[in-house]
Amino acid sequence: MAEKKTVLVTGAAGSLAKRVIARLHGKYQVVAVDFRRKVETDADIPSYKVEMFKRGFEDIFRKHKIDAVLHIGRIFAHESSRQNRYNANVLGSKRLFDLCRKYKVGQVLVHSTYYVYGASPYNPALLDEEAPLKASGVTADLVDTVELESLAKIHMWRYPELNMTILRPCNVLGPGVRNSMSLLLSRPLTPVLMGFSPLMQFLHVDDMADALFTAFEKNKPGIYNVAPDDWVAYQEAVEQCGCKKLPLLSIPPVLPKLISGLLNWNAFFPPYLINYFKYPVIIDGKLFRETFDWKPKRNLNDIFSYYRKNKLVTA
Amino acid sequence: MNLDFLKNFSLKEEVLKRLITPEIEEAIAKTPKPVGSFGYDPWGYNENMAKVGMGVTKLLYDKYFRVVASGLENIPKNGRVLIVPNHSGQLPMDGVLIGYAIATNDHGPRAPRAMIERFFPTVPWLGNLLNGFGAVIGDPLNCERMLENDEAIIVFPEGVRGSGKLYKKRYQLQRFGNGFMHLAMAHNTPIIPCGVVGCEETMPAIADIKPLAKLLGIPYAPISPLLPLPARVHLNFGEPMMFKGDINNEEEVTERVEQVKDEIRKLIDKGLQERTSLY
Repeated sequence: MAEKKTVLVTGAAGSLAKRVIARLHGKYQVVAVDFRRKVETDADIPSYKVEMFKRGFEDIFRKHKIDAVLHIGRIFAHESSRQNRYNANVLGSKRLFDLCRKYKVGQVLVHSTYYVYGASPYNPALLDEEAPLKASGVTADLVDTVELESLAKIHMWRYPELNMTILRPCNVLGPGVRNSMSLLLSRPLTPVLMGFSPLMQFLHVDDMADALFTAFEKNKPGIYNVAPDDWVAYQEAVEQCGCKKLPLLSIPPVLPKLISGLLNWNAFFPPYLINYFKYPVIIDGKLFRETFDWKPKRNLNDIFSYYRKNKLVTA
Repeated sequence: MNLDFLKNFSLKEEVLKRLITPEIEEAIAKTPKPVGSFGYDPWGYNENMAKVGMGVTKLLYDKYFRVVASGLENIPKNGRVLIVPNHSGQLPMDGVLIGYAIATNDHGPRAPRAMIERFFPTVPWLGNLLNGFGAVIGDPLNCERMLENDEAIIVFPEGVRGSGKLYKKRYQLQRFGNGFMHLAMAHNTPIIPCGVVGCEETMPAIADIKPLAKLLGIPYAPISPLLPLPARVHLNFGEPMMFKGDINNEEEVTERVEQVKDEIRKLIDKGLQERTSLY
């Protein structure tokens, strides 16, 4: 029997990576990495607390023969300063890609985000993978997401042996998810912009884990949006999640940003994401669905009911 | 306080019940329009909002403008189609009325889509409302994807040149953009020419205060009645026109656009002859 492939998973302490590791476990040898903490995993999964842009990171590659990397770990805006975030997300990723080349890793999967497209009133709907990435035009706080992608893309074209796949999922929600949208919809009182209710797409974290796992197993390098064929307006999603709406004056545009800044809503309604609650960024997930023969198993109601029920429990 | 909330709620229900007649419910049920689990499509169209929009428009259509529509049998029951009318009347009332005629077409209702100005999404409430009714910003990418999705799209190739023209130029077609013809050819889409008569008389403008328009950042600032006058409106839909994509240069495209304009002129003349009184 051939030896099991070894897969390095970054961001291992996160809810998505945990689920991906569970799917990999058994079939593959997993190495778990996170900058936040050493994750508690099954006995046969080596786990490290390490920052990717620090020197010690290379030891993991020296110790294990890594065959593939699933780069899921990302620092969110509310977790650190802009500078730290840039170091971790951009410089850290650059270092990771360099090490992948040095140690001849045969496959790299990068978990990006639909935020890279940027929220603008001029966006057409169903953006495909070739649409321009306008996020850094919207705010300097999203520069790191766009930079990380362009780095990945350079490696993708220049070093085809890395078999680089970039996934741009829509909003990922579900139990344990700690991104802005999930924290926002977990709140009993949720800010909305008066007169704006952009269309959004949501994906259950279990479906996203399936998507990552499928993309890894089928190994078809490229850039893919990951989103269901279903849409709902933000304010309706807020209602469906059992939240009460907190309407914010949306004009002049600087006002909601100011309120968010003053009240320190960085974790769930940060000033730099406010445009995403104003204008839709609807992505076309057709290419991924057809290339990998993948379809989400949970619908919008399944996703929202988790947040709804959670509120009933705490109330 | 709780009681007030309940009171408002029932009022809203009551209004909706009166606006959304059984005919509208039936038309929406018959419309071949795929939507997601919450009734939305990727461009923001929403069944419930479309019903409300149709409810309000029904009053305008039947009672205020007393619209007479003919040639509705020419609109295909399924599949992609571009509906190309003349544009007039300062406000896009012609688009609204054509949309209603298509949405309630006895020969097979369609969910009408319209391409709108890019500044609408930035206007609170109005942007979402227009999206909900089926309008999207006039990005060629949107139009292409919607044609691939087999939608029925209303386009005004004259744009603001048509809607903003003065009363003295009524029923004279302004310059048409060629974009719609390129899209029709590239996506193998029939064009339904449409002649609108009456909308010119809803808001006759005697002058356009250009500096004011510039100041307000709007396309034009007409001296005209503040609200549309109750002119009788005649809509005439022509037979489908198909164009093959075998062109060598832009001039040939313009020639084809001229063919569509000729058809629209004929339909306008027909409407003018049908009309017995202005108001």
